Amino acid sequence: MMRAIATVAAAAVMLTGLWACSEPAAEEELVVYTSRNDHLIKPVFDAYTEATGVKIRYITDNAAALTARLQAEGERSPADMLITVDAGNLWNAADKGLLQPLDSQVLAANVPAELTDPENRWFGLTVRARTLVYSPERVDPAALSSYEALADPEWKGRLCLRTSKKVYNQSLVATMIQRLGEEKTEEIVRGWVANLATDVFSNDTALMEAIVAGQCDVGIVNTYYFGRMKQDNPQLPLSLFWANQDSSGVHVNISGAGITRHAPRPEKARDLLEWMSQPEAQKLLADRNMEYPVNAAVEPAEEVASWGEFQSDDLNVSVAGALQVDAVKLMDRAGYR
Amino acid sequence: MRTRGALSASGASVLLLALLVLVPIVVLLAAWQQEQWATWQHLLDTVLWRLVGNTLFLMVGVSAGVLLLGVSLAWCVATLEFPGRRWLQWALLLPMAMPAYVLAFVMVDLLDYAGPIQTFLRQWLPMLPDFSARHPLWVVITLSLVLYPYVYMLARLAFEAQGRAVLEQARILGDTASSAFFRVALPMARPGIAAGLALALMETLADFGAVSIFNFDTFTTAIYKSWYGLFNLQAAAQLASLLLLFVVVALWLERRGRSRARYSEIGGRQTLRSRPRLAWGVTLFAFSVLFMAFLLPVSRLLYWVIDNGLMQVDARFLNLIWRTFLLGTMAALLVLSLAGWLAWVKRHQPSRSVSVAVRLATLGYALPGSVLAVGIMISFSAVEGWLADLGLGIVLVSTLAALLLAYVVRFMAVGFGPVENALQQVRPSLVEAARTLGASSAEVGRRVYVPMMLPGLLTALLLVGIDVMKEMPATLLLRPFGWDTLAVRIYELTAEGEWQRAAAPALTLVLLGLIPVMVLTRRRAERLDSPQG
Repeated sequence: MMRAIATVAAAAVMLTGLWACSEPAAEEELVVYTSRNDHLIKPVFDAYTEATGVKIRYITDNAAALTARLQAEGERSPADMLITVDAGNLWNAADKGLLQPLDSQVLAANVPAELTDPENRWFGLTVRARTLVYSPERVDPAALSSYEALADPEWKGRLCLRTSKKVYNQSLVATMIQRLGEEKTEEIVRGWVANLATDVFSNDTALMEAIVAGQCDVGIVNTYYFGRMKQDNPQLPLSLFWANQDSSGVHVNISGAGITRHAPRPEKARDLLEWMSQPEAQKLLADRNMEYPVNAAVEPAEEVASWGEFQSDDLNVSVAGALQVDAVKLMDRAGYR
Repeated sequence: MRTRGALSASGASVLLLALLVLVPIVVLLAAWQQEQWATWQHLLDTVLWRLVGNTLFLMVGVSAGVLLLGVSLAWCVATLEFPGRRWLQWALLLPMAMPAYVLAFVMVDLLDYAGPIQTFLRQWLPMLPDFSARHPLWVVITLSLVLYPYVYMLARLAFEAQGRAVLEQARILGDTASSAFFRVALPMARPGIAAGLALALMETLADFGAVSIFNFDTFTTAIYKSWYGLFNLQAAAQLASLLLLFVVVALWLERRGRSRARYSEIGGRQTLRSRPRLAWGVTLFAFSVLFMAFLLPVSRLLYWVIDNGLMQVDARFLNLIWRTFLLGTMAALLVLSLAGWLAWVKRHQPSRSVSVAVRLATLGYALPGSVLAVGIMISFSAVEGWLADLGLGIVLVSTLAALLLAYVVRFMAVGFGPVENALQQVRPSLVEAARTLGASSAEVGRRVYVPMMLPGLLTALLLVGIDVMKEMPATLLLRPFGWDTLAVRIYELTAEGEWQRAAAPALTLVLLGLIPVMVLTRRRAERLDSPQG
């Protein structure tokens, strides 16, 4: 009996081992690690394969996990490219030495400098704006001005925020630290917390639903969440307000990509990256999620354009990464959960 | 019996197995080599104590919740007759198929200020005060609703095994009904209840998905804050290894509870049940639990699927289902065979080192999945590096082997309990009797072990299968190309807040998880309600 159990166990282990052999990527393939979701990125990859014949294999996961994976795999990594959202995540991957610099005329022409790593290790693909959203029934837009002003006592009990654990808020606070200094920023964040109408939310959509339902009057969200809600219900009593137009401009972040340090096929990866900055891919990348193309020659989708033009913050987005740790600590100190 | 200290080949194999399970954990412990004082100082100064407090609150709350629901429902089903008992007795296991993060999202959606319940209340009962859907109590309720089946299942088995005879004797000796329950039935069922509770608590400790939907900060929040927010994986690993301390205590408590008890089957199970005066009340109670934990969230998911018209059953979606099912099956079989081996060696060659090894091998259940996955990834990658130095270019990371190892480490505890129990059912005297009567070794296996252990083995197989299919973070990090599962798709959609679109894969995952639950319960129902009973 004992032998029988041992045999079954051994057989199971060995079968697993056999199953587990994975074939390496072929020459005509690229391997991408991406935290951009399947339904957003697959159409882009499909279009690339159709245009060039190069197949793309990819794994989706969140940025921190993919970064850890690249780090653990080191020079044996099969990945050629990392695509992720939020400049902080790209900064972190570059900071850990996982991305290689790339000198490309095409990218330099298509991607604005403030949306590119100063050392050219990663490049923005789409822009996402994080701004104010309010109830037009209860708020006069003339009363709105900036992120900072939401700390004023007049918003007591009227503000809704998403959790400080979301990287979008960490990036926003990081840029505030850069511009205003730690002390002033902490004062503002404390003001926000004091003004909260309810516990912080775990996603932007729930936050906007709370504004519609009357739980609070104003909040800070990424515009594509707003776009998605408006698409489902155009009558929704909810409006966008472009923040800080008289000062630093709207806080923007990116989804972006870089070629990995140990990419087995760096030339092919470069082709893909350059292609993604061109109009056709830019439309695919931006429009599906109602984001803004980085390439200034490409118009945003009609719906997105209808929200109006705005002045965006011209700080290099890498600040979001460099100061993220400070921002997280600051928000912890200020009691912003 | 072997003498203490001497280590046989099979004893060594158990140690090896424990080591395999331990490697990722040891890798985590290695994180202590580098001090991360700055991060620790920050956490201690700001959030850590609140998080520890929250975690303890959650553990106490979930313990109370799962015990209250699990034990009372098990008791009702095992000893009382009430309308609908026959189908409720298995339906009450259905919440097991519901991933905690899915129920959490549905709860927040329903209960939030902007949700249908509060909107309705404001309209019709405006004098009622508003409440927050993200109150800690809701977290406790949500986790209790998805985790009570562990306690329910094991407690019911225990109560049913006791039979009515014991209780009747207690009554004859002068106990009231309630004191018979508290003085006789409950202590006798304690090992099963404790085992169920331990599983529920370990799952609670490891949970990140559900608590983050409520934005309820627990110890896992500190782990992920260090990793994602402070870019400090080392500090995250240090925190995770502290989490294991909790587990060691929980497991120790469970073993202590079990070691005192002696299993004894009382011949001829009697399924005579008494009919209480408030039989319909019992039905109502059981149905409400089922409604809250299962029917309500499933109908909400169904509503979204229909509302969005998003049930696209194309080849890709079918592939997701197939991969999910395949991973669940493979991992469950693997865990089962390894757990069987551990239990066998522990029984036949008991020694201190073997029992310690077995204990170590079941530690992984309380580790948050992604932290464990990182441990596995780092260790596999190191081995890969050594092999490459030796001129062997073998890929290990991101292979099925790495992913399956993650499942083994994480879910060994789930499989080992039922397997060990099943093996204990086969008393050595039975085997000796069979051998004395001239049965060959193979015959003893076929005619004694297999039939007696089958229910327990099946339980282990199905429990692990369900858990693996629901598993998200380790699958995300370690899956080979093309091995996307339903949980992976749910993650992708929810990461950008598209919960309604995630309803289709979520609902499919629940339905897929139902298959094993059904198999588990139908079999048992047949066995217990067979004509002799």
